[in-house]
Amino acid sequence: MQPTQNVLIPEVIQQIPLTYYIIISTALFVIGIIGVLTRRNAIIIFMSIELMLNAVNLLLIAFSSYRSDSSGQVFVFFIMAVAAAEVSVGLAIIVMIYRNTRSIDVGLLNKLKW
Amino acid sequence: MFPIVLLSVFGILLLFLGFLKSRAILLPAALLFLLVSLAVNFIDWNKTYLYFNGMLLSDNLSMVFTAIVLGSAFMVVALSGSFMEDESAQPAEYYGILLFSLVGALMMIGFENLIMLFVGVEILSVAMYVLTGSDKRNLRSNEAALKYFLMGAFTTGIMLFGMALLYGATGSFTLGGIRAYAVNPQVGLSLLFYVGLLMLLIGLLFKVSAAPFHFWTPDVYDGAPTLFTAFMSTVVKTAGFAALFRLLSISFSGVYTFWWTILAIITTLTLVAGNITAVYQNSFKRMMAYSSISHAGYLLIGLAALGQQTKQAIVFYSLAYSVATIAAFGVLLLVARQRNAETITSGGSSSESFDAFNGLARQNPLLGFAMAVSMLSLAGIPLTAGFWGKFYMFSTAVERGQIWLLVVAVLMSAVGIYYYFRVIIAMYFREGATAPIRVAPFYRYVLVVATLLTIGLGIAPGLLEGLF
Repeated sequence: MQPTQNVLIPEVIQQIPLTYYIIISTALFVIGIIGVLTRRNAIIIFMSIELMLNAVNLLLIAFSSYRSDSSGQVFVFFIMAVAAAEVSVGLAIIVMIYRNTRSIDVGLLNKLKW
Repeated sequence: MFPIVLLSVFGILLLFLGFLKSRAILLPAALLFLLVSLAVNFIDWNKTYLYFNGMLLSDNLSMVFTAIVLGSAFMVVALSGSFMEDESAQPAEYYGILLFSLVGALMMIGFENLIMLFVGVEILSVAMYVLTGSDKRNLRSNEAALKYFLMGAFTTGIMLFGMALLYGATGSFTLGGIRAYAVNPQVGLSLLFYVGLLMLLIGLLFKVSAAPFHFWTPDVYDGAPTLFTAFMSTVVKTAGFAALFRLLSISFSGVYTFWWTILAIITTLTLVAGNITAVYQNSFKRMMAYSSISHAGYLLIGLAALGQQTKQAIVFYSLAYSVATIAAFGVLLLVARQRNAETITSGGSSSESFDAFNGLARQNPLLGFAMAVSMLSLAGIPLTAGFWGKFYMFSTAVERGQIWLLVVAVLMSAVGIYYYFRVIIAMYFREGATAPIRVAPFYRYVLVVATLLTIGLGIAPGLLEGLF
């Protein structure tokens, strides 16, 4: 991974190598995945998914500023907007389930099994 | 491009039509809107344009896919008459969301930039989460919606991480930019590129329910209201495969040797998992869910053996599959409603099991025939569209010399014949004490058109060849 135009990258950003950003966002992403796979509370699973999305945002911004290319940052805006829409639908689904079952434990949802 | 703009406007219009006291106008309005969108789709025929600052491409292939998607949506909406009778249903919102979701599907079909792919996938998925859970009081529908939502959002995360890595490796989100990097790397392809490609593929393969990312499909298809299951298994699948085809054929054809083995293994897994599990189902709806997994497998053959014929094969297969699936779900809707009405009084087997079809053909020859033709088409029996779909798919594998993939696929389609024929046997050779089912005119037209299309394409598969 070589930055294409070294001149344009601000001094401050260069002090931290790009690999560090990749490592930290991968770590955040993996924490999110583990959260989704192990937790049973729908809200916490939801938060883990948000963590995954934010890891992606961090990664995109890091790449974007190292490349001095704005399209990565534009993508981040799209992700934030879409994630907000997704949150509203997701929370509505969780509220709907809570009304019917008085619980948000995903382990209780086992009506559909072959 | 025109359908995208029009569908967005029409969706909002439909929401406002919901304010009217009379619900009767909604269904004709939705059908009219879909027809208009389908018609304006062909304005750019035989021309290639880039729209929205090079974000979306409009060429003949994308228009054909758009036509398939809008046509399937039209047929599904035409089957939705029962909403009018259901007090708790909100047809204006359903139709509005369906139209909005189609915008997402069209963006997936014509995307030229990964941003558009992401936005398209999300528009389609978020709309489907809502529709899956639209039966609010029904616990099965709730559960399906939550499962679909959590799994969908999870894989969206994976897909996005893949896109971010690809951006890191190539410095571009455009299909052309990624292609330029993959074809002609300056210092060799980086690890970021391969990992990114894999994660992006996983995200999209999840959306088309390929094994081992298929585990959500049966639950979601089973729990969702049948009409939206029909929509999901046709529109979402077609759009997903159009997106996969664009991505693989344009951006990643340079690294074919890297991904084809992975895709071939996934194809094999999908074919085996879908077909074998379908054999053990007792519910017709759940069988159709596994059947849709297995058809994703057949469609993946064309991608794993990416070549000259793939385009035509995918178009033909998704058309044949969509038409047959909609007819099957249409008949299921009618039968299940009839059985529901009966079980309330007498009690009996589940309204969506295979037994519900017992003796159907004797009482309702039209329903029986439409169902039989669509089952034959899904099983790939000659003289139906499904046969030629499979034929084209298999010939792409032959062209690439992937004989073992072909052997698996042929074996698995033999397994498929078993569970599709269970329905036909139940309809024609079992006794069932059922009253004739009243078929509304819209229903009749949809079923007749679907049956005629299936047989017509089965007899003259060349009809489509001149199109693109």
